[in-house]
Amino acid sequence: MNTVMNRKESRRATLFDKGLVKTALLRSFAMLNPRTMARNPVMFVTEIGAALTTLVWIIDICGGHANILYTTLVTAVLWLTVLFANFAEALAEARGKAQADSLKNTRTQTTANRLSASGKLEPVNSSLLKSGDIVLVSAGETIPGDGEVIEGAASIDESAITGESAPVVREAGGDRSGVTGGTRVLSDQIKVKITAGAGESFLDRMIALVEGAVRQKTPNELALTVTLAGLTLGFLLVTATLYPMAKYFDVTIPLPTLISLLVCLIPTTIGALLAAIGIAGMDRALAANVLAKSGKAVELAGDIDTLLLDKTGTITVGDRLASEFHPVNGIAYEELIDAAVRASFGDRTPEGRSIIALAERELYGKIPRDDGGKVIEFTAQTRMSGTDAPNGTRYRKGASDAVIRAAEQAKAKIPPDVRDIVTKVAGKGCTPIVVAVDNRIYGVVALADILKTGIKDRFKRLRAMGLRVVMVTGDNPLTAKAIAEEAGVDDFIAEAKPEDKLAYIRREQANGRLVAMMGDGTNDAPALAQADIGIAMNSGTQAAKEAGNMVDLDSDPTKLIEVIEIGKQLLMTRGALTTFSIANDIAKYFAIIPAIFLLAIPELAVLNIMHLATPSSAILSALIFNAVIIPLLIPIALKGVKYRPMGADALLARNLLIYGLGGVIAPFIGIKLIDMVLAATGLF
Amino acid sequence: MIYSFLLAIAVLGLSILISLPLGKWMFKMMCPAPDLMGPAHRKVEGFFHKVIGRAAEADQNWKQYTVSLLIFNTIMFVVVTGVLAFQQFLPLNPDGQKAIEGSLIFNTVTSFVTNTNLQHYSGESTLSYFSQLFGIMWLQFVSAATGLAAVTAASRWLGGSRERNNFYLDMCRATFLVILPVAAIGATLLVLCGLPMTFDGAAVVHTLEGAVQTIARGPVAVEVIIKQLGTNGGGFFGPNSTHPLENVGFYSNIIECISLVIIPIGCVWMFGMITKHRKHALVIFAVMTVLCLVKLGCAITFESEPAVALHDLPVAEASNLEGKELRLGAGASPLWAVFTTCTSNGSVNSMHCSLNPLTGLIPLVGMWFNITFGGIGVGFLGLFTYIIVGVFICGMMVGRTPEYLGKKVETREMKYALPALLMHPLCILGGMAIFCLIPAWGRDTVLNPGFHGFTEMLYEFTSSSANNGSGFEGLGDNTVPWNIACGLVMLIGRFIPIIFQLAICGSLFAKKEVPETVGTLKTDTALFGVVIGGTVVFIGALLFLPVAVLGPIAEYLTTLVH
Repeated sequence: MNTVMNRKESRRATLFDKGLVKTALLRSFAMLNPRTMARNPVMFVTEIGAALTTLVWIIDICGGHANILYTTLVTAVLWLTVLFANFAEALAEARGKAQADSLKNTRTQTTANRLSASGKLEPVNSSLLKSGDIVLVSAGETIPGDGEVIEGAASIDESAITGESAPVVREAGGDRSGVTGGTRVLSDQIKVKITAGAGESFLDRMIALVEGAVRQKTPNELALTVTLAGLTLGFLLVTATLYPMAKYFDVTIPLPTLISLLVCLIPTTIGALLAAIGIAGMDRALAANVLAKSGKAVELAGDIDTLLLDKTGTITVGDRLASEFHPVNGIAYEELIDAAVRASFGDRTPEGRSIIALAERELYGKIPRDDGGKVIEFTAQTRMSGTDAPNGTRYRKGASDAVIRAAEQAKAKIPPDVRDIVTKVAGKGCTPIVVAVDNRIYGVVALADILKTGIKDRFKRLRAMGLRVVMVTGDNPLTAKAIAEEAGVDDFIAEAKPEDKLAYIRREQANGRLVAMMGDGTNDAPALAQADIGIAMNSGTQAAKEAGNMVDLDSDPTKLIEVIEIGKQLLMTRGALTTFSIANDIAKYFAIIPAIFLLAIPELAVLNIMHLATPSSAILSALIFNAVIIPLLIPIALKGVKYRPMGADALLARNLLIYGLGGVIAPFIGIKLIDMVLAATGLF
Repeated sequence: MIYSFLLAIAVLGLSILISLPLGKWMFKMMCPAPDLMGPAHRKVEGFFHKVIGRAAEADQNWKQYTVSLLIFNTIMFVVVTGVLAFQQFLPLNPDGQKAIEGSLIFNTVTSFVTNTNLQHYSGESTLSYFSQLFGIMWLQFVSAATGLAAVTAASRWLGGSRERNNFYLDMCRATFLVILPVAAIGATLLVLCGLPMTFDGAAVVHTLEGAVQTIARGPVAVEVIIKQLGTNGGGFFGPNSTHPLENVGFYSNIIECISLVIIPIGCVWMFGMITKHRKHALVIFAVMTVLCLVKLGCAITFESEPAVALHDLPVAEASNLEGKELRLGAGASPLWAVFTTCTSNGSVNSMHCSLNPLTGLIPLVGMWFNITFGGIGVGFLGLFTYIIVGVFICGMMVGRTPEYLGKKVETREMKYALPALLMHPLCILGGMAIFCLIPAWGRDTVLNPGFHGFTEMLYEFTSSSANNGSGFEGLGDNTVPWNIACGLVMLIGRFIPIIFQLAICGSLFAKKEVPETVGTLKTDTALFGVVIGGTVVFIGALLFLPVAVLGPIAEYLTTLVH
């Protein structure tokens, strides 16, 4: 029906986009089906009320009743109330679907080159791929489905899902092996193992979450539904018993009036917007490029107490840069630099290059040039790298303990001051890299960590929200402590192994805290599964993605913070609109109660403090206000109430003032204005 | 009027002062710490264990505790029904009281089992001394103790205390270590004020004019003190504490007034000590006190107006004196009216029917909320229900799923809280609807036409459902429909909420505790007080506004002299 938006558009769709509104309007009529409505007790009662009023209206028409205009209007407004509610839900749904469609759109059917068991390539339609299939994707081709690179490395254009145009590298074996269907390989060739068959991917699951039929209520949404149903029952009691009580005074309340009172009192505002608020939370997560596996996860995000953040890439910019050279006693400054440069010849990492860059600055360019020696790669076992020069000299640099141990094993003399230098460098929050030539230790290169801009403020906001931030790093405790202090985190896990993360999460949870973390590697999988919120990076391994309950398409480590804010906003919006809805009732009572009894008890005119024109106009005004407030509040429901990082009490006071006190006052003004318009028509 | 205000403030202040050490005492007695018990206390505890036997050793969960509570109350119901039904055959009946009509027995026993003490009879002309002492007064002790036991257990669960919960043990402690000693002190003071305390039958006296007068008397002092202390309200004599032998004068009136509120206030302090959330308890106390003060202010102000009937007459200068006991002072009446309906007590020292229309609204409001101190234990539990609902709605506004005392409030708690909350309006409004529809049950029993008659019925249902028991009077309430309807309403209004409230506490107890952070909704701040107060006023107002308008407010507006 509506054309699918591209990813960038859908992420920034305006609130009342024409196409979406049209879809939602049509859908709101389809949703009048009582079976659909029964999911929402408040609106279901409203619909029954509207149906009953319609019945009265038909009888009135047949009987030629005098007050037909009033009944007609009440009936119309009641149906409108129901439709507005449906529209709110349908609009949120349509927005979510537009997001999902823009993502889904990327998975056009392509022909995949499947590698059969015999090793032969066969062309297969991508929609027929099953989990476990292996496909070969070459430069210029589209990846046919979600999967994992099992061979090769390639640069990939993921702009179809992230909207970012810069290509990313995905390679086999590491923690960046995950690829998404619909993205395009720019260079090289990779072998991909398909991990989700057609219709089973995270995206498919997410789409199901925003679609009405499958959508399940989240725990808090369910609790609120129960509460609203209870309040509705209470007001049903109030209105139903009012009829016989009025009879006691020989007043017969017309059914449409009684239903109007009921519908005005029951919390229709929040009842109408509740589903929309929940879907909008998912929408916002989607707009942030986070695929949640359940709505529950998004809601839970608001409750997170502890945040486990990886240092690298989240707190500090990914790369450390060499900042200082510290030779040991007996080694000249230039000697150390020379050795460090030679040890870094084969090192293409930013750290390695930064050592050479710093050396150039220090020695004004007079540094040795690559002499084509043998490059010794860094491995997790040796934890050092370097070169073997053509003359056989072994230049090494690496983690202090690893280099020192190697020297000890070679029975070389350990300079007495090296440990002091290492401690001093680490204590400044730098990573000490020890340089050795043929196992003789020359000195230390300090690699400085650079905090991401704005990260300190971010942590300040988190702390204002009551969250504990824990930094996870492979650094030694001294370095970790210095960086932790600089960044302003509450705690840190140094020399972290995957088990440490898991143990930390368990300990926090044992104390009743909810923990969120982000991860990408297979190593992270147990911790991701244990954490209450585990966000896997889309670039990460399949195991990590399976273990977490959200996937971040942008693979941005700071996304966790956004997700938490989305969760909090979701809950706040529910609370605020519920409060508003109930607070509205006071004014409605003042409009309707005197109107009902004015004929029998003229003295009650004193209670008509808004000076509404006539009983009919008073009741209609309250009812119309009750209906139009729903579409008026749709923007708040979809965007969420404004969230500010501040303590609970300040937030509550602020929201109570706006939605509580505002909720008491607003309808007095609104009803009076509507009444003035109605009175001006001269019909009442 | 100034005098009335000063009296009210003084009595409330004195009550609060007494409630402080009393709350501590209640805590010590209800939750005895083994290493802090004195030798005498230890002996008494040992005695309780011996008397109850094996049942005292069980650590009951909320379900077992509630079942024990219900079984105990059922037994009480049966036994006292027997006592009343056969009083003509039982001893201590010097005045030869006759058999009582069936529906009245049902109503009366229900009324006392539920701590309501609604009386559709006059004690002195219906009940024998045996019935008074071993039916009525016994129930006045144990029904109050039931409430105290329930709130103790609830507090232990909410505070996450691992201490043993045993209904039978709690009942013994509540009855013999809390209510009985306080009652003994109070009764002694009342006897000193001049209340009778005798087993002799009615006195027959010859007046100066030579007429013969029969003056009912009996063991009045004990019953009066327990009716006041135990939020009972059922007097020895029909006219309750307006009767000169139930309430002799100024000082007995003060003592009785203070007795109305001290144990309910003590319950709040005890809750704070058991849960170790003393500041939170202080906030709850503050909310209750503020609401109480507002009601006092309104009642005294409204009542300082002369009665409408006397308008434009030379006597109109005085405040409304109709239905008041002048020996107690006109100012003592609105104070009592507020206290007695704050606390689900229901004793009276003036005729509420004769209060000015708007003053008459205040006791109604008190009973609709039913939490400003409230009945022993149940008043606090009632407010707890409001807290759960308030916390749920407002808790979301801080951006977390709602929590109360470190426990998450979720679907199950709301499923329990709402019926507990709605039972009260269901009883009142539902009952009203039926009695409005059937003139023989409703309209024909009221003594006044129009709005005042409507209020008479409204008051009766409200008083029953709130387990208050005060009568608006002006209602021929000793009829089969009223006896049965009020009896049912009292039972529902008493036990259904208790069951659900204990269920919420049990459910919260089973949950993992969430540590408090800056992001958590604080329960010990003035803001939280505003949240609870707001919830009570809002929900109360929304549910009862229409009937308030049709009853007292319409009466006030229609009788307004322009």
